[in-house]
Amino acid sequence: MESEQRRIAFICSKGDLDMAYPALVMGWAALGNGIDVTVFFTFWGMDMISKDRQKHLELAPVANTSMKMRLMGLPTGTLGIPNLMGILPGMTAFTSWFMKKKIAKVGAPPVDEYLQMMVDAGAHLYACKMSVDMFGLKKEDFVEGVEDIVTASDFMDMTEGSQIIFI
Amino acid sequence: MSDLVKDVAFNAEGYMIDAKQWSREIAEFLAKLEGIEVLTPDHWKIIDFCRTTGLASGKAPTLRQITVGTGISTKDLFALFPKGPAKKVAKIAGLGKPEGCV
Repeated sequence: MESEQRRIAFICSKGDLDMAYPALVMGWAALGNGIDVTVFFTFWGMDMISKDRQKHLELAPVANTSMKMRLMGLPTGTLGIPNLMGILPGMTAFTSWFMKKKIAKVGAPPVDEYLQMMVDAGAHLYACKMSVDMFGLKKEDFVEGVEDIVTASDFMDMTEGSQIIFI
Repeated sequence: MSDLVKDVAFNAEGYMIDAKQWSREIAEFLAKLEGIEVLTPDHWKIIDFCRTTGLASGKAPTLRQITVGTGISTKDLFALFPKGPAKKVAKIAGLGKPEGCV
């Protein structure tokens, strides 16, 4: 009955609110099904584990072709939010607030809580060494649960035999 | 012991088809199949919560609904049902596969 332990690794490279969720949703589902989970945060993805950014991830309406006005319940078909409107002060805050509301409505927790759930369920979190050096960060800048700062080569070693998903 | 489930119908994935056929003895038997030898009061707290919400809504609760609903932490939930509580809890509680994502 016992088969080989399945392992999955996520590489999170984006810091936008909407791009934080794929790894959280799939990682949590994997853990619930007894699959080992490792998450490697690189470049903008480090916002997901940075103490001062984690709770403030945003979603910008500018240059986002999928963001239609009907998301807000307006009967405007597939009309987008005009980019010119998107540059108005407060628009990014507005779309971020709006998306957070939509996320909460389906019962999904905020990013910080979701990641903590994953850590509690046994996920391993690592930050990318090169990105950390580039942005001048330290381990103390990251939330608890981030185990270490590792190189790309370390990541390759620790994910041998894993399925890898790049986000 | 297996006489217990002789008349119980299971689907191909191992979930009970009719939640009404469930009993506490069947839960103990199914738990052993999932590698849990003894069901402690904390196990029962989770199973009872799943039975109550599952029978009311017709759907097995998700892991987050279980932790929020029972007050049992994620860490403890994963320790009580090692190697993936999502399917194990639903199976032992005689419910179908959880449909939610969180």
